[in-house]
Amino acid sequence: MTRVYISRDMASVALGADDVARAFEAAGCEVVRTGSRGLFSIEPLVEVENEGQRIGFGPVGPADVATVLDGSHKARLGNVADLPFFAGQQRFTFARCGIIDPLSLQDYAEHDGWRGLDAARAMPPQAVVDAVKASGLRGRGGAGFPTGVKWQTVLEAASDAKFIVCNADEGDSGTFADRMLMEGDPFCLIEGMAIAGHAVGAGHGYIYIRSEYPFAIAAMQEAIALSAARIAPFTLEVRVGAGAYVCGEETALLDSIEGKRGQVRAKPPLPALQGLFGQPTVINNVLSLAAVPFILAEGAEAYATIGFGRSRGTMPVQLAGNVKHGGLYEIGFGITLGELVNAIGGGTASGRPVRAVQVGGPLGAYFPPGMFDLPFDYEAFAQAGGLIGHAGITVFDDSVDMAHMARFAMEFCAVESCGKCTPCRIGSTRGVEVMDRIIAARDSAPAVPAERHWEGYLQKALHSRTPDRIDTGLEAQTTLLRDLCDTMKYGSLCALGGFTPYPVLSALDHFPEDFGAPAPIKEAAE
Amino acid sequence: MQQEDTVRLIEDWTKTHGRTRDRLLPLLHMLQEEIGFIDDAAIPAIAKNLNLSRADVHGVVTFYHDFRRAPAGRHVVKFCRAESCQARGAAAMEKAAAERLGVPMGETRPDGQVTLEPIYCLGLCAIGPNALVDGRPVARIDTAALERIAQEIAA
Ligand SMILES: Cc1cc2nc3c(=O)[nH]c(=O)nc-3n(C[C@H](O)[C@H](O)[C@H](O)COP(=O)(O)O)c2cc1C
Ligand code: SF4
Ligand code: FES
Repeated sequence: MTRVYISRDMASVALGADDVARAFEAAGCEVVRTGSRGLFSIEPLVEVENEGQRIGFGPVGPADVATVLDGSHKARLGNVADLPFFAGQQRFTFARCGIIDPLSLQDYAEHDGWRGLDAARAMPPQAVVDAVKASGLRGRGGAGFPTGVKWQTVLEAASDAKFIVCNADEGDSGTFADRMLMEGDPFCLIEGMAIAGHAVGAGHGYIYIRSEYPFAIAAMQEAIALSAARIAPFTLEVRVGAGAYVCGEETALLDSIEGKRGQVRAKPPLPALQGLFGQPTVINNVLSLAAVPFILAEGAEAYATIGFGRSRGTMPVQLAGNVKHGGLYEIGFGITLGELVNAIGGGTASGRPVRAVQVGGPLGAYFPPGMFDLPFDYEAFAQAGGLIGHAGITVFDDSVDMAHMARFAMEFCAVESCGKCTPCRIGSTRGVEVMDRIIAARDSAPAVPAERHWEGYLQKALHSRTPDRIDTGLEAQTTLLRDLCDTMKYGSLCALGGFTPYPVLSALDHFPEDFGAPAPIKEAAE
Repeated sequence: MQQEDTVRLIEDWTKTHGRTRDRLLPLLHMLQEEIGFIDDAAIPAIAKNLNLSRADVHGVVTFYHDFRRAPAGRHVVKFCRAESCQARGAAAMEKAAAERLGVPMGETRPDGQVTLEPIYCLGLCAIGPNALVDGRPVARIDTAALERIAQEIAA
């Protein structure tokens, strides 16, 4: 019987993989459902096994069974791993994703699974923490905090009950690596969490998954049941979110697990000392925890040799939005933004010029192609007025209206604000109003400017919300926008209110022409 | 579902799953799954079984976008509005969806056949515009895909 491999990843299914799988089953093939390889322009992808080799075809529809099986299908790709998109990657965390049956314990063990956990359990906890420190691993959830240092704090905290919490809330637009890993290699995350449990002395773990990820929830629940004996005495359970973006913030997430409104807690106390149910808690992103089995199995050195500056190891970068070859690209830090977007992503899907990319989700900055030489590195991005975040890159073509995107950033903040602090809760709503006035002023023909007394415009703009008494002109409102962003940046408790100014101000600074101001002077065209 | 059935559902569930406060979200998810929404009338029973105040339960129900306080339509279309889908033309498709389905974003059609809701990212960001149609993911939504969705909903 011919064996074929077809992904069961939510993205593959959204593109029709279930119908394709049914068609191959009907034709008498043995169909193995895998995770996704991570390149969506070739999905649904079918790999036919032939003398131990896999020959890929994609995209494939349910009517293509015969031509795929006889090898004449025009979308024949050969060995998928040899495609340029995959050949250039350094897959440490995603080594198995797309290759194995995600829920086969046998597949997992045969592909180096559990080696990290076995190595860790043969070591004293401090040695495991030391290995994670030596790897240079930094939190992949956004803030880039050294994972080993966090674990050290929890290890040293005295308590009978400690917890490992996995942050699988992945709310950033443009990111899907957590989802792909949970669907494509759930045992890897489980192994990472069991290692963390051993390292800090925690007996129980929670995986908090957003409700928008039904496939990942099902895969993790099944994988936990299957591997319970393997990771015992460590135990795990899944908790499902309820559509609140802010619950990705670690303290809001803890409150949500505790059954409360997902509101951000003031720090200190650090979750590492007083986290879930008041106990010492490791809270890490999916990718941080899933990087750990490799580090323990291959050694900290193997991980740390890859990278750039203080950003060590690999980053599963996600190419999203209007990009030709969107998907997951795991690579050592240091690759430039331009290489990712143009060389690997192939530019826009629409074929129009790239105008902007947003890196790091809804709280990340917009960059113009003029800044594409930026290396992927936490410090370099911070210096350029942005952030890597969870390493999602959203590509926009030249049809984008950046004032509209700035408005959306404010609107998203208003929708998702937890309400705890005023700059975020009120500021975001005022921000939407200011953006509406800017867009209205921009769109109304710029007639001869009326006589205005600019000195007092901020005062005047703030004076009243009655439209006829506000200076609704572009300059007054743009100044007001900057002032508002300043208040949000410095006056918010967490990064939702505090970082929303990044997309807003970067749009304003790099694309002033969309805000009715003169375009910046372009450097010499290449 | 009758009020006493809801109360029994809550009591039975808490008997097997526990009555600690951290059970609140799983309980609300279960109720929404079984009944389709969180009825205000169920709040006293939830509060009683988990030993919380009614205000506390109300606060949680209203905080999370997922929990509905009124029944949805027979079909639910959750349309992604986040940045990556916007970069692929989601705003125009959202408008087209609202027109074709005959219901504004965030509302249920008067005949109760369909609810159109916003969702912020499904993790399918390279193949948008995306939606969940009755829980099933649909990618690369264009006019033809919209037509298929509309047919499905009319049935
Ligand atoms: C509004 C907001 C949303 C966040 N969303 C996520 C998320 O979805 N996933 C995540 O891992 N971290 C998220 N974070 C970061 C977490 O607060 C925290 O830094 C992270 O879980 C720590 O894990 P790490 O050290 O492994 O990155 C978010 C932060 C904020 C302020
Ligand atoms: S910044 Fe916004 S989300 Fe963060 S704590 Fe304040 S109100 Fe809540
Ligand atoms: S932005 Fe729509 S699926 Fe991520």
